[in-house]
Amino acid sequence: MALLEAQGIVSGYEEMEILHGVSITVEQGQIVTIIGPNGAGKSTLLKTIFGLLPPRAGRVTFEGRDITGWSPERIVRQGICFVPQTENVFPSLTVEENLEMGAFILTEDLRARKERVYELFPVLRARRAQRVGKMSGGERQMVAMGRALMLDPKVLLLDEPSAGLAPKMVELVFEKIKEINRAGVSIVMVEQNAKEALKFSDHGYVLAAGENRFDDAGPALLHNEEIGRLYLGG
Amino acid sequence: MLELIVYGIIYGSIIALGAIGVTLIYGILRFANFAHGDLMSLGAYMALFLIQVLFPMLGVPQERFGGTSFGWPLILALPLAAAGTALVAIALDQFFYRPLRVRRASPVILAMASLGAAFIVRNLIYIFWGPDKINYFPGLVRPAWQLPFEVRLRPDELIIFGVALVLVVSLYLFLQKTKLGKAMRATADNPDLARITGINTEWVRIWTWIIGAGLAAIAGILYGVNALLYPEMGWGFLLPLFAAAILGTVGNPYGALVGGLIIGIVQRFSTLWLNPAYQPAVAFLVLIVVLLVRPQGLFGGRS
Amino acid sequence: MELKRLLVLGAMAILGGWLLSFFGRSRRTSVLLFVVGAALVGMGIAVASEGWVDYLVTPAIAAVIYAILSVGLNVQWGLTGLFNIGIAAFFAVGAFTSAMITKEMPTGLAAEYIKQLFGWGLPFPAGIVGAMVISGVIALFIGLLTLRLREDYLAIATIGIAESLRLVFQNERWLANGPQPLPGIPKPLFCLVEDPPCVWLPGFLKDWFAPLDSRDYEAILLVLLTIALLVIFVLLQQVVHSPWGRVLRAIREDEVAAAMCGKNVFSCKVQAFVLGACVMGGAGALFTASVSTIDFGLFHPMSYTFLVWVMLMAGGSGNQKGAVFGAFAIWAIWTGTTFLSDQLVPFQFKTQVFYVRYMLVGLLLIMILLFRPRGILPEEKGGGQ
Repeated sequence: MALLEAQGIVSGYEEMEILHGVSITVEQGQIVTIIGPNGAGKSTLLKTIFGLLPPRAGRVTFEGRDITGWSPERIVRQGICFVPQTENVFPSLTVEENLEMGAFILTEDLRARKERVYELFPVLRARRAQRVGKMSGGERQMVAMGRALMLDPKVLLLDEPSAGLAPKMVELVFEKIKEINRAGVSIVMVEQNAKEALKFSDHGYVLAAGENRFDDAGPALLHNEEIGRLYLGG
Repeated sequence: MLELIVYGIIYGSIIALGAIGVTLIYGILRFANFAHGDLMSLGAYMALFLIQVLFPMLGVPQERFGGTSFGWPLILALPLAAAGTALVAIALDQFFYRPLRVRRASPVILAMASLGAAFIVRNLIYIFWGPDKINYFPGLVRPAWQLPFEVRLRPDELIIFGVALVLVVSLYLFLQKTKLGKAMRATADNPDLARITGINTEWVRIWTWIIGAGLAAIAGILYGVNALLYPEMGWGFLLPLFAAAILGTVGNPYGALVGGLIIGIVQRFSTLWLNPAYQPAVAFLVLIVVLLVRPQGLFGGRS
Repeated sequence: MELKRLLVLGAMAILGGWLLSFFGRSRRTSVLLFVVGAALVGMGIAVASEGWVDYLVTPAIAAVIYAILSVGLNVQWGLTGLFNIGIAAFFAVGAFTSAMITKEMPTGLAAEYIKQLFGWGLPFPAGIVGAMVISGVIALFIGLLTLRLREDYLAIATIGIAESLRLVFQNERWLANGPQPLPGIPKPLFCLVEDPPCVWLPGFLKDWFAPLDSRDYEAILLVLLTIALLVIFVLLQQVVHSPWGRVLRAIREDEVAAAMCGKNVFSCKVQAFVLGACVMGGAGALFTASVSTIDFGLFHPMSYTFLVWVMLMAGGSGNQKGAVFGAFAIWAIWTGTTFLSDQLVPFQFKTQVFYVRYMLVGLLLIMILLFRPRGILPEEKGGGQ
């Protein structure tokens, strides 16, 4: 049984339909990357899975349970967490407070969880009392991911985690994603930086114009010439 | 002159309490609450009912404290009227604003609805208490203390400042130290992310109303300690409240505190040259200056 | 039929037919509805008692003025999406400006009791123009100040200017006699009811107007105001359908897109705000003809700002017909409930009922926003006609 599955998702905003029936499957422990041109509906897919957009058709199942159309508050409790592409931190709160917000639904002591995040992102430990709004893009991305990890999710949805970051930061972020995955978290990632992302992805989906185009193991997609020409910039 | 500053701070702390509510609602609920002044009036009149009707019936002791003009009735009335006003505000939200939010109404439509709510509340006050000006404690002589530097201060006025100070400190502790307070700040920063994080944004909104309306009610009551109540008083407060909130940067409660104090002092100073009736116009003047010179407020980033 | 009744009949038949024609879907049905409406109202006035005719003229005049205010607000809100909470101020300033332009400065004993800044004794049209100019200038100031910023800052600024103007007019006696009322404002075409009637009337018309006396002036005013409303309506319809009007609507729908089309969003907004304010100022000038004195207390926000908003939102925000219809409908309900409460409510509750009615108006606005935000006559796609 797949961990997370989306089947035949039709969804969009207001009068516009963006996804015309898209399906992806995520197995336990995998890193799945979704690539494709702008406007293909990649972010829309993540948002629909996470309940930010109601699907007009299709199903989303998690651990065998139908979670189609559930609200984000409910989905978070199931063990799926989401890091949006932009505005993914609370700028006027400190690093520590951002992490605390990640675990809002818990009532227990959070020290152990915070420690684990600081282990993963040592840079943040020194800055725990600093307001996130004043931090650099890369540090903010770490806070955003750390916040999502506070609930020990089984699946982490990442919307363009490398967007707007310097190449060194991109490398670091991807390293951290691999580390998170090694700890047992399945990852679903939308990425513009397709080449780099596919290198370490177990599986990749290519979306275009709101539909599935290709899917294959990550490295296989990478070496597929046609895909390379069309979507990876040659 | 020092006396003007002192009076300015005292009157300014009343404005500040109201402005904090306005700015919290602006930041978390994302609309201009034009009913806020009338929430202040509602609190003041609810306290009036308690002090003049209910408490005497219940046998609450009426003696005054020390040199002040009030006693237990006012102390008890403060939290009760605040709670009552908060309940009314929550009801307004549940019946009017929330359905509009669900329909994705723009902030202007919400503001328009709050205008309707303001008129409803104001006319309710007219219906039950009539249009005349009313005193909390009629027929009292209020002696003043003589303080150094030729400042004459009534104990009443010191209490007003004291209550405001306690409330502001409590609010600070609440926002900085409690989980709900942090969640409120988070929701003000980014309501979408708050949902994604799993924060119960409905609870956050309800608590925003409790705090905002509660502070407004207390501000109205404190105002009434020193002045006469009349049904239009809420409308007269709107300009200073919004001027203070914008001056202190919309969404920033500590900025609203500073803004309120500044407006209070400026208004007091204006009485040196202007007819005291013009005070709301003075607040408007400050607002104009802010909008011209620094529209993002004292504590906002570059706009 | 005497002249007064004829005048009232003419004006009200046209208004009634016109209002009914708003519900027509096609040209033919609109014309048909107009004829039916005019006929019904006309027959009603023809057979009504003199007491009823006299009674109905006053609310009819008020309704026409409200309709003009509503149409002015529609330029700001319906066309451009601007939230003006200072309607009463623009209205009042127009009234006072017109009053002082058309009045003479008081002399002799009257000068002791009536203070005003100036009094030029000019004919009424000058008063209207002056009112529109001054209201426009104030709107320009507010617009330039706030329209680059958030849209609710405009709302707050309009509250601010309204309150400030009220305070100035009420406290500075030398300006317009505030807080005392300002009396003696000349009324347009009043000479028609004087004895003998206007000097410039040709002979046979003089005979027609001879039987009228000052109590019949309202009939003449009603005709004048109806004409004014129709003229303003037609002129603004041209504006609505002009390219400029289309730009305004584009701004209201999607400001970012309009800006990207290269339109100067800011200046268009300012222009719309000023135009709407001019209409409101003109309404103020016309208002002075319907009362004998004015003072700023008359122009209460509840009666003129809030009520006009309800009229526009109820009638149909975004469309001129809706504005006019809403004004008449809400004012009819208001007058009707006043009449009923006068008859039915015991004396000691009279004031309470007054406030209850205002409270219900507040509730009505919220209900409209919740359940029928487009109003009774919704704007058709492509700009309403």
